[in-house]
Amino acid sequence: MTATTTPGRVGRAAEVAQGPSWALTVRSFGSLLRRDVVVTGKDLIAFAAQVLLQPVFFLFVFGKLLTGLGYTSSSYPSLLFPGLVALTATVTAIQATAFPLVAEFGWTKEIEDRLLAPLPLWAVAVEKLLFASLRAMVASAVMFPIGIGVLGSVPYRAAGLGLLIGIGLLGSLVGACIGMTIGTFVPPTKISMAFSLIFTPLLFTGATQYPWPSLTHLRWFQVVTAANPITYVSEGMRAALVPGIPHIPGWVCVLALIGSLVLFGVVGLVGFRRRAID
Amino acid sequence: MVDSVISANAVQVSDLVKRYPKARTNAVDGLSFAVVRGEIFGLLGPNGAGKSTTIGVLTTRVRPTAGKALIAGVDVVAAPRTVRSLLGVVPQRNNLDRSLSVRQNLLFHAAYHGVPKAVRTARADALLAQFSLTERANDKPEYFSGGQNQRMMIARALMHDPTVLFLDEPTTGLDPAARLFVWDRVRELRDAGVTVVLTTHDMDEAATLADRVGIVDSGRLLALDSPAALVRSLAGGATLQVTVEAVGEHGATRLLARLDGLPGVRRCEQVDTAGMIRTLRLHLAGDAGALVARVVAAIADVGSRLIGVQIRESSLEDVFIELTGRGLR
Repeated sequence: MTATTTPGRVGRAAEVAQGPSWALTVRSFGSLLRRDVVVTGKDLIAFAAQVLLQPVFFLFVFGKLLTGLGYTSSSYPSLLFPGLVALTATVTAIQATAFPLVAEFGWTKEIEDRLLAPLPLWAVAVEKLLFASLRAMVASAVMFPIGIGVLGSVPYRAAGLGLLIGIGLLGSLVGACIGMTIGTFVPPTKISMAFSLIFTPLLFTGATQYPWPSLTHLRWFQVVTAANPITYVSEGMRAALVPGIPHIPGWVCVLALIGSLVLFGVVGLVGFRRRAID
Repeated sequence: MVDSVISANAVQVSDLVKRYPKARTNAVDGLSFAVVRGEIFGLLGPNGAGKSTTIGVLTTRVRPTAGKALIAGVDVVAAPRTVRSLLGVVPQRNNLDRSLSVRQNLLFHAAYHGVPKAVRTARADALLAQFSLTERANDKPEYFSGGQNQRMMIARALMHDPTVLFLDEPTTGLDPAARLFVWDRVRELRDAGVTVVLTTHDMDEAATLADRVGIVDSGRLLALDSPAALVRSLAGGATLQVTVEAVGEHGATRLLARLDGLPGVRRCEQVDTAGMIRTLRLHLAGDAGALVARVVAAIADVGSRLIGVQIRESSLEDVFIELTGRGLR
């Protein structure tokens, strides 16, 4: 009975899986990405609130208010702005992988349907990283019109565009990998504690609000900030947008970010695999 | 490959072992069984028996410690991606995509599996109708009942036309109507040629739904056959339960001995005692009706009074108790 009753079904199932396996992987990968874009597209307001509220307030209070009151120098906004673009890129990416992964592996289990799709596990993880980076790139690009709105003008230099995009992309990818590391290694019950413990230091040791070379008189803090990948995003952005301010050379930033990407990429993917398969 | 896929069993499990890290015992401990194409196969056992772990291995989500598992002849460890396109999975817990509508849940699942757009649209419409979800097609599953979620998950699992469908505890927590609905759909699938593997700790479900049942406990397979054959071979025939009054310790011993000696009685035991009222259970080799008169006479002989009689056909639960010496729940 085994051979005669069901060949039709096998034929159909096999038809789904036919063709080279990489072609199916590409199609599945595309569908995973499309799902994430569709879901984000339906909820743009939440997306905007989640990623833009904090940098807008930062810009307004530190760039506009304090400068207007005379507590900071008038050149401070052009130092702060590249740092905030960097922070937006990295933090958006961290949140876009860490939060969903904690929820999906922890209680919604939504990721299971993806893990049962006919593509390699690493491809499911890479899609998460790629989409988070996409969100982060969009969020940091939107910072420019917002910056113009709040500050009146923002530093920009056509010659730095290549470095700007490169640093933005690397910063987003590193952020996504850090988020995957947090999201897969921190147990769901500890996530709110982990976020306070990890986020606040990340926020203030990333050379966002100050240029790194200016810290020479505070050696220990300079060493601490050098360990935060966001520092290289901020400094890289300054190299691209305001080269007049002392900064870490662009190529050093690129190398440091590639190193961080490899480190957190490997750790994040290991964490993902650990959670995906028992 | 297609030839081997056609000739192979739907599921083939050989000496499967799974030990989780830091666990002191094996969750699955040398399990072997085969599921024939086109049947409904039930894995019956208490919670923690290793059923879900077995399903986990078969659906590529749990890495086996030892042994082999094949889906339609394809090794789950060596070719997990091929296996994933052959199987559909309905998990124990709701894992629907809460950001998507019912229809989108189905369509995206099919898209993940590379089903062409025209095919997946038509199939989604057909499955929404079959599972009475058409009216809710554009709603998000956030506020759905357990029954609706379950119907949706089964429909979703069928979107890529799997060869084998795995259902992990498909009716746990459902109301009776929802349960019957799921059972009817599962039978339809079997009739349409889909092989169905389900786990359950519910004897009724195993007995009424499954063509064959494997009884598992502590990660081992204790018995495997059709529900009727299991009951016949292991639990024997019916049981006759009598409740008697006014019988002391001595009288009870005499009565048990008398009943034990009756032809057609395999075994007799006292199952309950409350003061002078005792309940005795007789396990019978054959028909209970023919024996009632002789049992009544024996009770009168020892000077006791009969206050209750209950005839019960054996069930899978008796089989389970026979095999493990304890109840299922």
